[in-house]
Amino acid sequence: MTGSILFEAIVFLLGAIICVSIAKRLGLSSVIGYLLAGVLIGPYVLGFIGNEGEDIMHFAEFGVVVMLFLIGLEIEPKNFWNMRKAILGMGGLQVGATMFLSYMLFTWLGYDWKVSLVISMAVALSSTAIALQTIKEKGLMDTTFGNSSFSILLFQDIIVIFMLGALPLLSNTETVSATENHSEHVNLLDGLPLGLQTLAIILSVVFIVIAGNYLIVPMLRKVAKTGVRELLIAAAFLIVFAISFLMEYVGLSPALGAFLGGVVLSNSEFKHELESTLEPFKNLLLGLFFMAVGASINFIVIAKSPLTIGGILLAIIVLKALVLFVTGQVFKLKLDQKLLLTFGLAQIGEFAFVLLSFAFNLNILEQEQMDMMLVITALTMSLTPIISMMNERIILPKMGTKESITRPMDHIAKTHKIILVGFGHFGSTIGRFLRSHGVEATILDHDSNRVDFLRKMGFEVYYGDATRLDLLESAGIAEAKIVICATNKLTVSKAISNIIKDKYPHVELMIRTKNRYDAYELLNLGNENIYRESLETSLTLAKDVLSKMGFRKYTLNRQVQNFIKYDEDSLRRLSAETKDEQNYIFKARIELEQLEKFLNEDFKRGIVDYDNQWDSEHIRKALEKIKD
Amino acid sequence: MKKILVLFSHPKFEKSRTNTALVNHIKGMEGVTFHDLYERYPNFHIDVEAEKELLEAHDIIIWHHPFYWYSCPPLMKQWIDLVLEFGWAYGPNGNALQSKTCLNVITTGGAREVYCSEGTNSFTVNQFLRPFEQTANLCGMQYLPPFAVMGTHKLTDEQLATYVMQYGKLIHLLQQNLTLNDFKGCFFLNDIPQLQTP
Repeated sequence: MTGSILFEAIVFLLGAIICVSIAKRLGLSSVIGYLLAGVLIGPYVLGFIGNEGEDIMHFAEFGVVVMLFLIGLEIEPKNFWNMRKAILGMGGLQVGATMFLSYMLFTWLGYDWKVSLVISMAVALSSTAIALQTIKEKGLMDTTFGNSSFSILLFQDIIVIFMLGALPLLSNTETVSATENHSEHVNLLDGLPLGLQTLAIILSVVFIVIAGNYLIVPMLRKVAKTGVRELLIAAAFLIVFAISFLMEYVGLSPALGAFLGGVVLSNSEFKHELESTLEPFKNLLLGLFFMAVGASINFIVIAKSPLTIGGILLAIIVLKALVLFVTGQVFKLKLDQKLLLTFGLAQIGEFAFVLLSFAFNLNILEQEQMDMMLVITALTMSLTPIISMMNERIILPKMGTKESITRPMDHIAKTHKIILVGFGHFGSTIGRFLRSHGVEATILDHDSNRVDFLRKMGFEVYYGDATRLDLLESAGIAEAKIVICATNKLTVSKAISNIIKDKYPHVELMIRTKNRYDAYELLNLGNENIYRESLETSLTLAKDVLSKMGFRKYTLNRQVQNFIKYDEDSLRRLSAETKDEQNYIFKARIELEQLEKFLNEDFKRGIVDYDNQWDSEHIRKALEKIKD
Repeated sequence: MKKILVLFSHPKFEKSRTNTALVNHIKGMEGVTFHDLYERYPNFHIDVEAEKELLEAHDIIIWHHPFYWYSCPPLMKQWIDLVLEFGWAYGPNGNALQSKTCLNVITTGGAREVYCSEGTNSFTVNQFLRPFEQTANLCGMQYLPPFAVMGTHKLTDEQLATYVMQYGKLIHLLQQNLTLNDFKGCFFLNDIPQLQTP
């Protein structure tokens, strides 16, 4: 096709819009849509773009670059330190075991040890882009699974720096003049001896760290002073591009440079500004990246040796899945979370492209080996969303809902059934407030670790996807009076709203929303009780629930104020305890520990007794005591 | 039949045995609007316009409340401060409430004996209620003597039942167009002959 940039842009955008819309309509992840669009517009089907898939990849990598910059921003060194056990433990185990097994596999297949080592490095990495995108889309970021995935991916993103640094040491020293294998962009390190290459790589990393503190932050301050918002956007892109360029110049991955740059800037006051500036571009660029992956699936290579490629592909996915499952096992994840992890990260990641072509440039890999591994990488990435979907639609539902256990605590509201969907920050506050009034809700949650914990605390809890009618029914929606939707996922709220309007119109639905736009949508669906989120809103919602059950509004009002005061006090009390680093193994685990503390304290406190001056019962009792 | 508005004010209604019994009896009676201020305005954010409309729609206003520290609970005081506006309830052209009737229905922990010059409280209930009486006067309303359920701390179930029945009878009597003259000279509405058990 013509080399017109405009034409290519139109093809990309049109492909994305059509395929992603269809994928979404079918209930599939947007990643599948992008990949499919890539395959369609790519050189082997319609042939609109790229005779050389590499070229597309090169440009498209900016999606990954921006994403890693943003991930870097999220990791303040302090948080990183707190999560170090999960990151090192889970990530180390996963990378180590995967590398070992795949090294064995490839040497067994008869590859040279250097080749096997490079390939096993590539295989050990998973796709941050795909995994995080899917986790965010499903709203599973605050689950044990989300945390574990994040830890592992983070470890990989860091370890890949060392892998890239180590590669020159593996290169075949006699053939330093590796010119024919080179891609077109300039590489500063070409002529250098190998030891110096490694040194240069380390030096450039050090340079980024120093430049971040002494160059970029002061520059951003100057830019911010002008008060022109688009200059900050320009600055944000300048940082990302400049770091990427530098890294490329020394022959390193631009994405890694961006990641480092993000970490360096995460302590600066511009963290949030940069985040919100780049976020909208990130997803579109990532889409572009996924399309490029789709387009770079080389069907000619596949056609040449379909059996070998199919076999290796299968072996790699099984091997990765196995290691992930065992990792989940070692870190005591519940079965469903373990399965999500197993199938979510079982692909080879985008860094494999970088690693493999770098190794190719260094003459470690031959053209054929690289082509094969590139195809396999792209295929594993494309298969991930499909495997995950099968896991969610076929395997996970089979695990079924667990039976409820009877509560030891008796409660006022036996006849008024309340169902609470989601026991995260918002939902747990509601649950605690209700419980401190002797009112119990039936809870639905999608994190089995949390479900387990809540059962231990004596709640009636059902595990699973609350948008499923059968789950709602087994939780007793037919006899329910109120359903509280405490998730911040609009899709969940809308699905539940539709079920209720359709099947159980007598049930009152009270919904948490993130913002006014979500609120508009829910109002337009005919919902009355909308609560835009914060600590106080969660209590307002809980207060309204109790009021609907006959508690006095003014009393509830004072109870809310009491609760807030009590919660503030305990926040301050517990904040001292977080200084104890031993507590920080898993973010999710800590949250549960804190919640347990809350619930125990709430329980001990019982229903708050106050306003005794107004309480005639209280005075009567006191008088009787005096008489005795 | 006259229309009665019961402005009920109790911060801890759910813990009040006496008021629960009284309210349950008169709530829902024909021609009676029961208006629970603490339930309606838990944030003390009174809707003044709505309150004025309610007042205009009724002939008899009852301030029904426990007697706390010789006065009403804070929300009712707030109601008086905000709703009885200058230029509407009193002052020039302030005649919206003119010729309506007004009274307090109160519950007290202490018995009748402690509310007199010789008792612990030194003054009578009627003396303590002067601010309410004068508020009604200033608004041009007829102020009736209070209906008081006293000594609630030691009230027996039978005594309470009697009070409850009397409250209901009183509501009926008020609806029958009685005037101030019918109650002249009595200290408490509880004492009028019509309320004495046959």
